Amino acid sequence: MTTVSPSLEVERKTPFWKRLGRVPWTWRITIGYLTVMLFIPIIAMFLKASTEPPARFWAIATSDIALATYNVTFVTAIFAALLNGVFGTLIAWVLVRYDFPFKRLIDATVDLPFALPTSVAGLTLATVYSDNGWLGSLLAPLGIKVAFTRTGVAVAMIFISLPFIVRTVQPVLQEMEREIEEASWCLGASQWQTFWKVILPPLFPTILTGVALGFSRAVGEYGSTVIISSNTPYQDLIAPVLIFQRLEQYDYSGATVIGIVLLSISLVLLLAINFLQAWARRYDTR
Amino acid sequence: MTLDKPSFHSSASDTHTAKPQEQKSWVPIVLIGIAIAYLALVQYIPAINVFFQAFSKGVGPFLSNLTRADFLSAVWLTFLLALISLPVNTVFGLCAAWAIARHKFPGRAVVLSIIDLPFSISPVVAGLMLVLLYGRTGWFGPWLQAHDIKIIFAFPGMLLATAFVSMPFVAREVIPILEEFGKDQEEAARTLGAKDWQIFWRVTLPSIRWGLLYGLILTNARAMGEFGAVSVVSGNIADQTQSLPLFVEDAYKQYETEAAFSAAVLLALLAVVTLVLKEILERKTSIKDVE
Repeated sequence: MTTVSPSLEVERKTPFWKRLGRVPWTWRITIGYLTVMLFIPIIAMFLKASTEPPARFWAIATSDIALATYNVTFVTAIFAALLNGVFGTLIAWVLVRYDFPFKRLIDATVDLPFALPTSVAGLTLATVYSDNGWLGSLLAPLGIKVAFTRTGVAVAMIFISLPFIVRTVQPVLQEMEREIEEASWCLGASQWQTFWKVILPPLFPTILTGVALGFSRAVGEYGSTVIISSNTPYQDLIAPVLIFQRLEQYDYSGATVIGIVLLSISLVLLLAINFLQAWARRYDTR
Repeated sequence: MTLDKPSFHSSASDTHTAKPQEQKSWVPIVLIGIAIAYLALVQYIPAINVFFQAFSKGVGPFLSNLTRADFLSAVWLTFLLALISLPVNTVFGLCAAWAIARHKFPGRAVVLSIIDLPFSISPVVAGLMLVLLYGRTGWFGPWLQAHDIKIIFAFPGMLLATAFVSMPFVAREVIPILEEFGKDQEEAARTLGAKDWQIFWRVTLPSIRWGLLYGLILTNARAMGEFGAVSVVSGNIADQTQSLPLFVEDAYKQYETEAAFSAAVLLALLAVVTLVLKEILERKTSIKDVE
């Protein structure tokens, strides 16, 4: 590493292909692995999609059943992510600011959805929220059916995306200075005003980042949602399941088109998240 | 909204001590209550339910489920998938972490995002990409068929899917530690005449070991638990290409709920072990920060 810097001038003058031979082997492994595992598959998918004439691509991408699955997937995911935005922030707040029994345990278990395989999550959520399950039986008399409906899909998405919001907000909240809040109290602001006008504005980009992360996970989620939903078209069929069904019917172009839609949305979200993170950092004094 | 709600908190025996500067002591209690209630509804009750369902008819049926041939084959396959993808992803993760943390170059943020991509790509889409590459009509399909190599609907495809979804963890955990640790000690070692390999083994590795271990545990958990990507490429044939998460779903669909939950318990225990180790390792790395 240190030996590189004196020769930097020479480096610029040597042609590209000669410099390529001097790339450190760590880079070669990294780029090689990324190429085989990530770039080639993504390129293959875009090329496969590009073999479709644009009109046909559009027709498949916006067919009735596809639109219905986008509705279920994206609208439900937004709902789940926003709900978790509120409760996840609250959980992060409670974990950072208050002391109570079993706090460490609760803090550790927030990550459960990361560690629990998604098929297990789907299985147990479907059981708990089924009509004769522990929680479903309490909701059934109220006329609320959860398992095998769109509500169930929402529950699975809430489960899967919650840690993203808590774990994004928590460290930022931890570093926020209490003095500002105390100053606001001293100046006569109520707790509610302090929260609304002092704490929330700098925290807001972070919460949005968490919501975007949670949303992106919820949109792509397959394992838990496929089990808790009845996978009925126009009702609770999510886009990943539609891809799966198209593949099972050997309809590769159909699967690819929906896949491209999902992939493009995750790429856009990735950009959005990076942007949000940069926005959140603007409050950093360091 | 929640703050304006009057407190109906009945537990007078609550030992909670309010912070002195907060005049209204019920606010924290209500907030803690809401947080725990939400977590209970979403996470705790479903998690407890896994164990309850598996043992609802006693330990006997549970144990007999665990000795089924298709179950044991699923366990073995899951273990094998993790066993192979773990070292591969570790080598990649360490190389990527080293390359990114030790070099400043334009577009560094982009490379970091690229490494994160497998997290944001839907597992089903990941599986679909593999089918488009290695499937019968895929890019390499004809060549693979000519050489009688089966990847999709076979173990190699499942392995590729597993490696794909668990790819970023090691790099993700090691990069921040490498950055914080700095390269002073490595440079000192180099000045004293150490070779690259010696520097890595004696200087770098000891300083990143907890972060690396943490990354390994997360990689392992994801590799053993992956469902979506693997199910697309596996063909899901019992006894042959069925990993444990696939077994759970398959048993559930066949109305063998008990078998499904017995397998689920095993995976849930894996999650518990992962969380415990994670907690321990997080403490180790944070202690290092203080020093």
